[in-house]
Amino acid sequence: MNAIVNNNAAGLLGRADALATPAWAAETRAAGIAALRAHGLPTRRAEAFRYTDLAQVAQASFGENSPMGARGLGMPSLPLTRGAARLVFVDGVLRGDLSSLPPRPLSDAQALLGGLTSLPTQPIAAMNAALFEDGLFLDVPEGEDAGLVELVCVVTGARGAIGFHPRHVLRLGRRAKLTLLDTSDGAAGLAYLHNPVFEISLDEGAELAHVRIQREGRAAFHLSSVHCAIAAGATYDNFTLNAGGRLARNEIHAALNGPKAMCHMNGAQLVGDGQHADTTTVLHHAAPDCGSRQTYKTVLTGKSRGVFQGKILVSKPAQRTDGYQMNQALLLSEEAEMDSKPQLEIYADDVKCSHGATVGALDPAQLFYLRSRGIPQQAARSMLVEAFLTEATEGVGDEACRAALSEAVTAWWAQERA
Amino acid sequence: MAAVTETIEAVQSVAEGGYKWGFETDIEMEFAPKGLNEDIVRFISAKKNEPAWLLEWRLKAFALWQTMEEPDWAAVNYPKIDYQDAYYYAAPKNKQGPKSLDEVDPELLRTYDKLGIPLREQAILAGVEGAGDSPSEGRMPIAIDAVFDSVSVATSYKERLAKDGIIFCAISEAVQEHPELVRKYLGSVVPQADNYFAALNSAVFTDGSFVYIPKGVKCPMELSTYFRINAKSTGQFERTLIIADEGSKVSYLEGCTAPMRDENQLHAAVVELVLLDDATIKYSTVQNWYPGDAEGRGGIYNFVTKRAACRGARSKVSWTQVETGSAITWKYPSCILQGDDSVGEFYSVAITNNRQQADTGTKMFHIGARTKSTIVSKGISAGRGQNTYRGLVKISPKAIGARNFTQCDSLLIGDECGAHTVPYIENRCMSAKVEHEATTSRIAEDQLFYCRQRGLTQEEAVGLIVNGFCREVLKELPMEFAVEAQKLLAISLEGSVG
Repeated sequence: MNAIVNNNAAGLLGRADALATPAWAAETRAAGIAALRAHGLPTRRAEAFRYTDLAQVAQASFGENSPMGARGLGMPSLPLTRGAARLVFVDGVLRGDLSSLPPRPLSDAQALLGGLTSLPTQPIAAMNAALFEDGLFLDVPEGEDAGLVELVCVVTGARGAIGFHPRHVLRLGRRAKLTLLDTSDGAAGLAYLHNPVFEISLDEGAELAHVRIQREGRAAFHLSSVHCAIAAGATYDNFTLNAGGRLARNEIHAALNGPKAMCHMNGAQLVGDGQHADTTTVLHHAAPDCGSRQTYKTVLTGKSRGVFQGKILVSKPAQRTDGYQMNQALLLSEEAEMDSKPQLEIYADDVKCSHGATVGALDPAQLFYLRSRGIPQQAARSMLVEAFLTEATEGVGDEACRAALSEAVTAWWAQERA
Repeated sequence: MAAVTETIEAVQSVAEGGYKWGFETDIEMEFAPKGLNEDIVRFISAKKNEPAWLLEWRLKAFALWQTMEEPDWAAVNYPKIDYQDAYYYAAPKNKQGPKSLDEVDPELLRTYDKLGIPLREQAILAGVEGAGDSPSEGRMPIAIDAVFDSVSVATSYKERLAKDGIIFCAISEAVQEHPELVRKYLGSVVPQADNYFAALNSAVFTDGSFVYIPKGVKCPMELSTYFRINAKSTGQFERTLIIADEGSKVSYLEGCTAPMRDENQLHAAVVELVLLDDATIKYSTVQNWYPGDAEGRGGIYNFVTKRAACRGARSKVSWTQVETGSAITWKYPSCILQGDDSVGEFYSVAITNNRQQADTGTKMFHIGARTKSTIVSKGISAGRGQNTYRGLVKISPKAIGARNFTQCDSLLIGDECGAHTVPYIENRCMSAKVEHEATTSRIAEDQLFYCRQRGLTQEEAVGLIVNGFCREVLKELPMEFAVEAQKLLAISLEGSVG
């Protein structure tokens, strides 16, 4: 295959070929390799990646034995959220000693693997399919409330600049409930790659609250994608805080497949100097009487770039769709750039769909108001930025998750202000 | 009130409506050989007696075009175009250079009369059917450049305009009479290699209008070009160039129609606007090319590049378009806001009915400080039409204090059509403010019920609501055009209400 010589994913493909593949993973792996081989990693010529170039990921090399002399990260104290079950991955390996939930092997999820992804057009998922080895499998039986589960991924640097590609599979039976708090942290200065992919199936009436805190080290690459199928009457509620990494892309592909299903996708992107953060959502209304709400907020400081792409696709059967999307960005620096591409594609006529987008600086009138009441410039700015972000975070229902989010936001802002 | 009455009349006329501009004029024509190659480019250039530099310019464009690929990113589908299976030059015979109106072939004059476009200078109101019954006192006439297939056949009020130093003529005439202006500005806004269709146009453009408004002159009348495709198997490739010098002001209207035919015909035009300090151009289009029949047979492929360069400070350009015709529309009138405090506006109504497809929008490039842009787009889809708004707002780091507001609304009539919105926002300037909002919905049941309850028929009610939906854009049109546009909306939606 001559194509491989020129394929920018050659490094990743080389690693994939070297992996031992158990039988249950073979089909998924083969599909991932085929997609990478055929298409490589997208450059900005690909419409879905016009603002985020994955070619730089292709140029970096990740391996188990390529220590980059990075500053190691001690294991965080990991305070156990009240009553939560927990699964901990350290440097890409599931650590039973740190986890409080008996892990179920991913091989049990074989029937669900790859069912929700479309690899030729989803390079982030293709990369994962070619290289995944482990991940979380959560199967919540019909009618059960599984409470809060924490998924913790930490990269300490002990194994160097690793590339790790966990595949997490979740299935919620009819009327089952779960709150999943999923956090990613990593060592600063280490150019590792975290490439998690979620495949989530929600049966009739199931409810999943999925709160994600992405706080990778500032030199890391974070490429994640969530694929979710939502059956009749079920609700998927995603909140993603996209705050870490040199290059972070968070994709969500959700499909409302049964009547009266709901999807909420909210998030905040905190983008500091030298960072590039991208949130890309594709929401497919495939059934009648469904609703969706999206609110994304981006705050940019230093020399940074923020991207939001959000597509709402309404198919012909999806009559009486109610879809809403808002994305707003705050530019706090002369060197920041925000690129925003909301998109509506509608083939049903009895619908109400709208989107809005704004990009701008802090409102001078609001700053003046606060300053005229004796609040110092810095404090006034902080208040306004915090208020801007709160609009997105206040929708998170679970208290423990909201507290974790709020802490992450405060820590980021304290660091940026310094 | 007047507008409401107008709407009801318009909706009533739907019954006898249809595409009434679909006739063909039987006139002796001269064609270039079929096909497209360097010789055809030379043929056109020779026919127009062009200077060597322009032939070189065309040949360069043709060479570039051959290296380019037809764009496929727009949300439109059509069979591959055979560029060799068309005539690139078709002109009524016996036409030698510009002539006075008295010498124009009477058959052509009759054609334009039938289209409601009075070329004779005594005519007062142009483009308005019915409005001629009560011409308002003291209204300025409209100067018209009539382009018939590949050539300009007549331009009215030239002498009157020349008194103010205004040049209004066919671009082929401008090449002869004002080569320095043409050479300076041609391709300066839309370069030859800008895109596939612009390159094609640059190679084979045959005519179009040229306007120059001198310093400080406010053009005393509306200028207008009326494009008519008549001959079979031809494409129309006109090129319009408008230069508004410092402090000048002009309002320019553009209309177009074509005969009903089962074949598709290509229209690939380029429009370039240049604005110097404090200049204002208002450019209005009512696009009424033949849209094809209910099954999607025939109709014009309208692949057009329009762009305005606001080079001067405080210059202002306003694009208003009502797109009711064409089988396929691919058109993004854009503004390069280079001068500080320059202003760009885009107001658009696009209708797709039956199997029409439209992918249209605008691009606003904010380069100068405090530049402002406003985008209002109304898309209406009916039948099996597909309607896409595609737009870009790009703010460069130097555009301090720039401001954009965009509103895109889509209306769906029937469950076989589609409405799509694809805006791109790229902001690299902290002090700039960009706002975008878009909605998609169908006509609300309660609005229809309200109208029906008051005795309006279903069609009248829909007509009324659609006109209300488009009002923000229609009010930007010059009065005569607004009236015609309202009627066109109704006719375009014929048969979509059931």
